[in-house]
Formats: sequence, C-alpha cells, structure tokens
Amino acid sequence: MKFDTPAGTNPIDQLKVVGKATDRIDGPLKTTGTAPYAYERHGVVANQAYGFILGAGIAKGRITALDAAAARAVPGVIAVVTAENAGKLGKGKWNTAALLGGPEIQHYHQAVALVVAETFEQARDAAGLIRVAYQAENGAYDLAAARDGATVAKDEPDSAIGDFAGAFAAAPVRLDATYTTPDQGHAMMEPHATIAAWNGDKLTLWTSNQMINWGVKDVAQTLGMPEENIRLISPYIGGGFGGKLFVRSDALMAALGAKAAGRPVKVALTRPLMFNNTTHRPATIQRIRIGATRDGRITAIGHESWSGDLPGGKPETAVQQTRLLYAGANRLTAMRLAVLDLPEGNAMRAPGEAPGLMALEVAMDEMAEKLGMDPIQFRILNDTQEDPEKPGRPFSQRQLIACLQQGAQRFGWAKRNPKPASVREGRWLVGMGVAAGFRNNLVTKSAARVRLDGQGMVTVETDMTDIGTGTYTIIAQTAAETMGVPLDKVAVRLGDSGFPVSCGSGGQWGANNSTAGVYAACMKLRQAVARKLGFNAAEPRFADGQVSSGGHTVPLGQAARDGELVAEDMIEYGDLDKKYQQSTFAGHFVEVAVDVATGEVRLRRMLAVCAAGRILNPKSARSQVIGAMTMGAGAALMEELAVDKRRGFFVNHDLAGYEVPVHADIPHQEVVFLDEVDPISSPMKAKGVGELGICGVGAAVANAIYNATGVRVRDYPITLDKILDHLPDIA
Amino acid sequence: MRPFTYERATSPADAVAKAASIPGARFIAGGTNLLDLMKLQIETPAHLIDVNGLGLDRIEDTAEGGLRIGALVRNTDLAADMRVRRHYGVLSRALVAGASGQLRNVATTAGNLLQRTRCPYFYDPNQPCNKRQPGSGCSAIGGVTRQLGVVGISDACIATHPSDMAVAMRVLDATVETVRPGGATRAIPIADLHRLPGDTPHVETTLERGELITAVTLPKPVGGAQLYHKVRDRASYAFALVSVAAIVQPDGPNGIAWGRVALGGVAPKPWRVEAAEAHMRQGAKDVTAVLLADARATADNRFKVKLAERTLAAVLIEARG
Repeated sequence: MKFDTPAGTNPIDQLKVVGKATDRIDGPLKTTGTAPYAYERHGVVANQAYGFILGAGIAKGRITALDAAAARAVPGVIAVVTAENAGKLGKGKWNTAALLGGPEIQHYHQAVALVVAETFEQARDAAGLIRVAYQAENGAYDLAAARDGATVAKDEPDSAIGDFAGAFAAAPVRLDATYTTPDQGHAMMEPHATIAAWNGDKLTLWTSNQMINWGVKDVAQTLGMPEENIRLISPYIGGGFGGKLFVRSDALMAALGAKAAGRPVKVALTRPLMFNNTTHRPATIQRIRIGATRDGRITAIGHESWSGDLPGGKPETAVQQTRLLYAGANRLTAMRLAVLDLPEGNAMRAPGEAPGLMALEVAMDEMAEKLGMDPIQFRILNDTQEDPEKPGRPFSQRQLIACLQQGAQRFGWAKRNPKPASVREGRWLVGMGVAAGFRNNLVTKSAARVRLDGQGMVTVETDMTDIGTGTYTIIAQTAAETMGVPLDKVAVRLGDSGFPVSCGSGGQWGANNSTAGVYAACMKLRQAVARKLGFNAAEPRFADGQVSSGGHTVPLGQAARDGELVAEDMIEYGDLDKKYQQSTFAGHFVEVAVDVATGEVRLRRMLAVCAAGRILNPKSARSQVIGAMTMGAGAALMEELAVDKRRGFFVNHDLAGYEVPVHADIPHQEVVFLDEVDPISSPMKAKGVGELGICGVGAAVANAIYNATGVRVRDYPITLDKILDHLPDIA
Repeated sequence: MRPFTYERATSPADAVAKAASIPGARFIAGGTNLLDLMKLQIETPAHLIDVNGLGLDRIEDTAEGGLRIGALVRNTDLAADMRVRRHYGVLSRALVAGASGQLRNVATTAGNLLQRTRCPYFYDPNQPCNKRQPGSGCSAIGGVTRQLGVVGISDACIATHPSDMAVAMRVLDATVETVRPGGATRAIPIADLHRLPGDTPHVETTLERGELITAVTLPKPVGGAQLYHKVRDRASYAFALVSVAAIVQPDGPNGIAWGRVALGGVAPKPWRVEAAEAHMRQGAKDVTAVLLADARATADNRFKVKLAERTLAAVLIEARG
C-alpha cells in the first residue's frame, strides 16, 4: 500500500478497538515469567554450551600475546575463540568498531576472547585465566580537550538561514551560553544475549535485537555468509533504548563459539561489560546563542554541538530540534565531531533531541528571564506553524502552544513565583520548571503478513519487535479493528526474520509504521475475504466477527473454510514527509524541592502534555511516557558515564556506579494526550510517543532547580556538588 | 569465580580452627558482598566456611545494661529490634539508610563491618589497585574520585569504607567481640577494628587470620537525639557521598549539652575524632574543622568537606528540635 496522499476516513477511524486503553496481550506471559527471553530459551535447541566474553583491559593499542592455555585446561572448557582463530570477519554496516578485537584494540572492554564450556561457571572461571599482554597506545578520551580538533561530520553539513552573525550582533537582548551533557548508558534490564546454533551452513540466533532485518544483514556481512542462511528470532526484549538496534558481540561471539564448539552456545554480556563493550549516548558540548527583540521575538538562533566518537563514527545530532522548534529569520546550526577512543557512541532514546533539548530548553528559560517574560509566553510568542528553514512547508500538526497552555493550567503554573529562590518550605527550596518537548516523526516502510483460519482467528506475522513498548497489543488492536474481530481473535507473532520485514523498533517510529503495515496487510486480506465469499460490493462491512454485504452476513471464518487465507502487504510512503514537517510535541512541567543544607534535589511532581497524533493504546502510551520522563529525570540528576581520561574507559560500569532513578526518586507523574489525529503521517494517523516523553524533561528539571535555588547549572547531571557552593548559609 | 570448596562450620571454635588450617579459607555469612567479588575474581577463596548456622543470630541484653548483637543478626532484624529503635535510634536509622530491603534481609552485622570498598578501580580487575593487588599502584588517584575518600587516606589508597551501620556503631562506642584460632576471645573497640591504609591498604582490619567476629556489643544507652543523615545522589539504594551519625543532648532552647558525631563516605573507616566533639556547642563549622582538619581532597571530591559541615549543621538543627 502506497501512502502518498493524506488519509481519508478508513476502518481504523471506527475506534472500536484502536484508541482504547488496553491491557497488554502479552501481559500474562510477562507477569508469570513465561515470556521467552533470549538467554532463557533452554528448550529451542538441545545441548547448549555456555560462552563467556573476556573484554579488553586497555582502551587503545594492540595485543602482543594472548595465552589461553590455562583457560583451555579448565575442566569443561570446550573452545576458546579469539581473533587469531575466528577466521576472517567483516564488519557490519551499523557497527563502528569491530565486535571482536585483536590484535588491534579499539576501545576498552572490546571483546578479545570467548570461552565456551559445559557450564557458565566453568566458562567464567576460564575466561579469568586468559592472560593478555598489551602494547597500549595513547588515545583521545577527553571531549573538551579534543573539541578544537573536531571536524564537520560526513553527511551532517551546517545549516544557515539568513545572516545569523549579523542578526545576533544586532539583537538588543542576547544569550550566549555553553552547556554540556555527559556520556550516558542505556542500562536496560535485560543484557544483550544470544543463543546461536548452526545446522550445516545455516545459522539461527535467538537474540535480543530491536531491528531484525538490520541484524540479519550485519550478521551476514560480519560472517561473510548469505543472508538467507541466517535466521534471527527475537520475540521478547527486556528493554533496548537503542542499545539493541545493532548486532553486538553477544551475537557474533555466540555464532563463532557455536561453530568452534560444534554445538549451540549461549552468551550474555555481564553487567560490568555492558557499559564499555556496547554503545552509549555520546557526551556533548553545546553552545547556544539566541538574539531577540525587547518584546521577545527571536531574530537569531544558533546552536553548535561538539561530540566525539571512534574513527568512522557519527556525531550526536543535538542541534536537530533547533532547526524546527522556534521561529526566527536568522539561523545557524553546526555539529563538529572529534575522534575519541572511548567505546562506540550511538543511538539512545531520542538521539539528538534528548541531549539537544537539555541545552536548548534551558537556554530558552535563560532568555525568557533576560527578557523579563514568562518562559511559557516566550515560547508561545516564538511558535511557528511552518518549517522555519523552509517557509511554506507546514507542520502536519503542531499543538505545542496547546501543550504548554493546558499543562500550565493543570500544573498550577500561575502559582509559580518567577523570582528564583523565593519559595521555602521548611528545609526545602521549592521551584517549578517548564520545557517544550519535541521529537520528529519518521516514516519508513513496514510489511506484515496476515492469516485467517476457519475459526475466524486472525494471525499477524511481522519481524517487528516489542522492546517492552506494547507493540504486540497495538498490532493486535490494528488487526482487530480492520478485520472487525474482537482482540482475543487476533494472535500476533513478532521478531522473526522468517516474517515480512518491518520498520523495527527505534526512533519512536515503530508504533505508527508497524501498525500501518499491518493495516495494509489486513486491507489486502479483506479483499481476499470478499473475493472468496463472492461479495462483489466495493465495501463489505467487517464487524463483530462477521462480514456483511448486500444484505448477506456470514462469519468471517467462513472465508477460510477451504483453507487458510493469507495476505501480505507493506506500507510505503510517498513524499508527504517532504511536503509536511511531521513532529510530535509536548509540554513538560516539573516541581522540585532542593535541600537547603545539602543541595539534594528531589522531584515532587511531573506532568507531560503530549500531542503526538492518534494514541493507539492510551494505557501503553502512558507507560512509555512515564518511563521516558523517569529516564529524563535520571539524565537531569544522576546519569553519567564517568570517563577516566587517562585510561580511556567508563569507570562506573555497573548499576551501583551508574545510577539511574529508583522508585523513591520518582514522584507522581501525570500524562495527558491531546486529541489529535494526523492524516499526513499514515493511515493510522498516529505518530510516536516513546521518545517524546524524554525530550525536554531534563531541561524542565534544570529550570525548576534554577527557580528553586537561583543556581543555574549548565553541566549535566545536576548533582548536589554543583549547587552546594551557591546555597544560603544555614546555622 | 574460581572453583572453591564449601562447608558449614559446627561451632565458632570449629569455624576458626578450620579457617586457620585451610589455606585460602574465608568465612561466608550473608555473602552479599563476597559473592559479587568472587564473580569478578577480586576475591578468590579456595574454601568457604559457612558460619550462618552457629547460633550467633540473637540480640541479648548485657549485664551492663547494653545490648549484645550476634554477628549473624541480619540488618533488617537489627534495625527493627525494639530495644535498638528505642535506645540506639542512630543505629536503626543508619541500617535502613543502607542497601535495599532485599540485601538487608540477608546481610549480617559482622559482614556489614567487613564489607569491602566500592571504589570502582578496586572493582575492575584490569586496573592497578594496591588493595586488590598489593604494590600494583592506585589507579584511582588522578582518576575518577568523586565518591572517594578525603581523610585518613594515603598515597597508596583513597578508598572509603561503604558501611552506614558501622558509622552509627562508631558513634555508639560499640565493641567487637571475636574468637581466635585456639579459642581465645577478645574485645576490640570499633575504633580499632578498621585500619587506615597507609602503605598496606590490603590489610583492612586488625583481625588476625582466622579470627571470627562473634558479636558486637553496645554500651548502655546514652540517650540524646540520635540521628543519621545520609546524603546521596539518588533517594535510595546508593552509597553515601557523606553521612552524619550524631548523638546530641539538647540543652534548653537552641543549646547543646554534649554531642558525638561520626562521618561516613569520607574515609577508609567510620570517621570520628573525639576532640572535635568539644566544639559541638560552637556549631558544625567548628566541629568539622577539627574532624576534617587533615582532609586531602581532590578537585572532584572537595565538595565533601563543605557537604559534611552543612549536613552536620542540618542535623544539629534537627536535634535541637
């Protein structure tokens, strides 16, 4: 199905199932611990052996000697795989560094060996006995130090509209401020894990991966084998946040280990390995300049960002939202990429916007203060209904003003004292903050297959993944709505490369595109049903498990009484995303209390008002947003991969050192979705919320801390040591 | 984790005899710290002697009017004991400020005292660490030090002791009772249990090889307002940046008759300098000036000095009611 004109009325608009708050159809499996996660799939193939990965002990250099004799001598050890005996390996399109290091070491904890043994304990013990001698080389590990040598990244040119420099210099009110965000880890619950089994030259990987088709291609490229000989199976994923977009060392080493051992091998990354072995959100240095007239109209807006990555890597696109969020005739954005020898930087929940808004939305708060304006009013004044770089190109929907105004009303923004450090409740300094949330809506093709059996049961098959977001349920809702059956007459099968290729889970594109693909396949199935039943009318009615046309009504299953009906289709997009800017918007509101003695920040209330197209399942959408708000709170207050700038690694590489919010950190969270349908986005008229929820939260927290204390912290995370020196005396 | 053998001791005497005679033997109680370290091959005991079944899990009144806390009393049980809550509130508060409910259900009194530092360089076997591998150097010095020690440290080690419970016990003048191989017992003032690192940071306590902690005794209650204030980056389940254990006897409005204070999160052991307590009436600034007079902070952890002072000030305000 080609989607190249705005959606008219279609079966989804019935909203009998879609749009209703719906429990997860996979909920019972999750709550009873029976959803099969990769490492626990003991039954899928017999005779599984255990692999344990040894990570490099240096950040950059070469292995001069690797002695695995002691490891091989451990009882139960079956094989030891290293670069020396692994054979020639390619590198996947989506990987920057090799997944198996040696002799060259590109980053700390890059895998250098896999021990395969009869038990996990034997493999782990033996891995600890491998002696690796390194010739360490000097590397670059400090973004601030590397900043001046950073260059324009490939495919990421500067954007320039009008005369930014001139307009900024001429502006009567100006802000020029620099912000930093640290490296952050995904820190999802389920580690990267894979079971690999060979059958001749065919390889099956039961793994935990957000993007099945990318995974197949990259495994093929890495192992130098045809894609058709590779099967990836990943039906349940215990969180990914972008950390599982790509094939990682667990999958490659399991495949190599299984080949070496001559039997299936399972590998999970240990928690201490995850932070340096895999990918992370790169740190940024961001300079923002805003010029405005005295009455608050932005005349110049400039955003530059510096980040680092391994050679051949990509920048963190932190300036992305600044090209679209506010009006202003003179504009500049630029990204510079430094070579750093830290582990690979890559996507983490809302790459670009998440750290970008942590800077931009504090800058907007600072600018509002300079102007003596309410920060909400300042944002409203500079709203734009068209792409500010391409006048005449409208947003498909843009309800930022409504998000901010409704949020202000619900949150009691009018009670905020605009004078910082003026509200005190006992030992607490109290403040409120606001920020705009913004994240683009990406459209990309997505396919599905739908089967109808004689009992009227509809089965959806697509290689789409559910990373905990609720994909199973919205796909079932889509199929139920389109085929006119109740939810319990739909079965959903996901995450198998044997199924049609979907959009996968990433960039908050999963919900809209994967359901649109399922809708396309279901529409094709409806045609097949009509044909089979001999209904000639153009539009038979599908409802209540029955099909009606021209006065005849038959059970849907009757169309499959002679055998299953199968339809497959794909949603593909025309150029609506060129004609229209498609984005999602939010207003984030936060109230904090800061301990006047210690500077400890405790959140009191959080509110997000979101405008993101049709909300397919308000229940799971809310879960996505509150989870993202929690992650945004972590980014604001505590999350930082601490870099040892001499030794080139993230020091706090476990969950005791890399702190994410615990229950006690997160207060009451309220989420409101504005009524919105976006016929430009897809037949579903939906967009995404999974990343919108994090975008802007950090800045709202920072702005609330400023309102509470009068301390403006521009370096995240905002830990108490950055506040302490500026707090009033206590006696 | 290296392979190891395991047995259950039948009595304290049996436990210490075995610990002395079997090379590489370690006691195991709750195991909440030891097992983690074994998985990382930071601890590689050849033999584990399980002391959980030795009957050391009771809290008893002492003839002197204090309490004798068995070495195997779980943190949860100790924190909830009515005598502790009534007369040693600082201890109960410190316990519930530590770890998580699940860990406190398993962690023991003696194990808590003997837990090892959470210095990230100690935890990473690729990094030089004098505590883990004597003589290899300290990679924390000059590295990421925000969590690490500011006082009592040395050029060989700047790690902190992570316990909350021990800080409260220090301010309560607890005594550690032990039995040694051969059967002799002794009582060690808690101030003398942990050693400062000096040139030998791997030697963390004054216990001898095979010596087993059997109990911790608390002297008779001293009264006063007993407070524990733990400062950390998140609201729960984090080690202290700074913690303050204090017992303060108010004296009229805004006055203090006497007070005791110990700090956590700043030193290789619970940090108490009795001489500082003479300044309690003058306030937190004067007390902290003495307590942390010898502080040698880094750029990353210098804030701990000010944080300690301000946290103590807040505690004194609260104590005066």
